This record gives sequence, C-alpha cells and structure tokens, in this order.
Amino acid sequence: MNVRLYVWQRLTAALMVPLVLAHVAVIFYASRKGMTAADILARTRGSIAWASFYGAFVVAAAIHAAIGVRNVLTEWSPLEDRGAGIFASAFGALLLLLGARAVAAVVLP
Amino acid sequence: MATTLRVFRWSEGDAERFDDFEVTAGPETTVLDALVEVQRGSDPTLAFRYACRVGMCGSCAMTVNGRPRWTCRTHVSSVVKDGRLEIGPLENLPIIKDLAADMQPFFDKWQRAKGAFVPSQTRNDEIERIRPDSAARIAADAAIECINCGICYAACDTVRWNSDYLGPAALNRAWTLVNDVRDGANAARLQAVAASGGCHACHSHQSCQELCPQRLNPTASIAGLKRRTMWAYLKGEI
Repeated sequence: MNVRLYVWQRLTAALMVPLVLAHVAVIFYASRKGMTAADILARTRGSIAWASFYGAFVVAAAIHAAIGVRNVLTEWSPLEDRGAGIFASAFGALLLLLGARAVAAVVLP
Repeated sequence: MATTLRVFRWSEGDAERFDDFEVTAGPETTVLDALVEVQRGSDPTLAFRYACRVGMCGSCAMTVNGRPRWTCRTHVSSVVKDGRLEIGPLENLPIIKDLAADMQPFFDKWQRAKGAFVPSQTRNDEIERIRPDSAARIAADAAIECINCGICYAACDTVRWNSDYLGPAALNRAWTLVNDVRDGANAARLQAVAASGGCHACHSHQSCQELCPQRLNPTASIAGLKRRTMWAYLKGEI
C-alpha cells in the first residue's frame, strides 16, 4: 500500500458511508411498505437519481474492494506488488461489470 | 527459585533444537543474568548479544516465553511460568547463532526510511532556537527515546506478513525527523515513507506500543506519518 492507494481507499470509504446508510434505509422502506418488484422498478426505471446513486456506489465499492484485495494478496499470498495489482485490478473490473449490469437492470427503461 | 531455561540453539549447518539448563533465580535476577550464568557455568558456546546491562543500548532483546523483551531489565520472577522460561532470538530477523539475531535488515530499513538527520544549516549559522512547547517539538520528544532494540519490529504482525514493510522503529524515527525543523530532507523522507512498504502498510495492531520497553507509541507516530504524507500527496508535494 502506498499513499495513492491509501487516499483512494479512504475516499471511497468516506463516500460509501452515507451510501450504505441510504441503501439500508431504502431496503427497510421497501420491505416495510410491502413493495413488489414491479413497484420498485416503476420508481427506478428511467430515474437519473437512482442511476447516479447506485452507479456511484458500484464505482466506489469496486475501487475500495480491489485495493483491499490487493493488500490481502501482498500480505497473505506469494504474489508480489505487481502480480497482486493485476489480480486485484481484474477483481475490481469484475465488480464494476457486475455492479453496472445490476444498476442497468433496474434503471434502464 | 529453581528455574529451567529452555534455550533455542542453532548455528549454521546444525539443526534447530532447544537445550534445557537449570539456574537459581532470585527476585532481582534478570533473564540476562540467568543466561550469563548458563554461559559461564554450563555452556560457554551459547551465543547471545548484550552490552550495557542497564536498558540503554538496546542490544539484549530476545523472545522470552513467546514475547520480545529486553532481557537486561526483565526479572525472571516477572515472566517465569511453572518454573520454566523459553528463550529464543528475536522474531522477524535472520539468526546469526543461538539467541543472536542479525539486525542488518532492521537497520537497512532505517536507512530506507531516511532515518539519518540531514542538517539544513552549517556550523557558521546561528543556532536554531526551538521552543520546547512547540507542537512539532512535543511530537518529536514523544518518540525520540528509541534505543533501537528491535522489540517492536519483532512484535509486528505486518513485518511478519510483508517483508518489504519498514517497521515501527524506522517509521517512528522518521516521524521524529519530520518534526525536527532543523532537518533539510523531509520531502525525500515523506516520499520514502509514503511508498509501498511504508507507513500506509501499518494495520495499527499496536503490538509495538504494547511491548516497547521505552513505552513509546510507534503506532501514533505512524498515524502521524499517514496524515502528513496524505496531505503532502493531496497538495502535490510528493
């Protein structure tokens, strides 16, 4: 871990704190109101606000998790900085792809 | 009090083993006293390192019943368990022979962390006036009494997992110099401790703080370096 990765990991963590709280609140709201999938999709489809909210969440989570995985690999596996960086970047790209796919599924009209 | 010392033995070409020695330890007998008694009375080939015997030089640190300790200031009575003491060399360092660890990697990392003072003035300049109550001097004073014993380095999980990590002592030393207004190499020093294996590798487990015989807090020094390097990075200084 160097200062550049440290700053990115802390910044994405700080960004995710309110996003996680809002996400949990949304889950509680939707389940307490007994909303169906169709109800939820009716609100999220075409919504730039929900697309921005979960889009930012996915990007922050992908960066944050990839840096964390890189650290775990450099300390706990035989991989050196370069190998761990390549693996972690691939892991982050996978998270980004899966997350973007999930966001697209609920916000695209 | 009759005490059994179970002592780690190894020299190049031999297999590792433990040898048992019986010693009589009084209430004031230190672990180092007990080892000296073994070396003088039972086995003159037993190798270990010490110099001052009064907790100043940092030479005699060893692993005692699983924890790194300064043996010259550790009473046998305070650490003995069921009449036994297991003594080994410091962890996380190569072994020269028996209980003597090779401190070379430890001091190499002091060099990598730019642990040497670099004067910014000459002997012809005015002597710098430093207020003892200034924030920088208070921060430096809190970390300055390191005796280079290597106990924090041996206790550190991150050093164990990441051989590239500079370790608590070298980073603590860097922090004292970062807070020394007379030093002229802080840009290079911040660069060095902000690189891979530097202060950001620390997990703040605080074993260094718990076991430091000088009761220093290298974790706090490292946290200071994390903050200082982060701002320097955001300002584009490093």
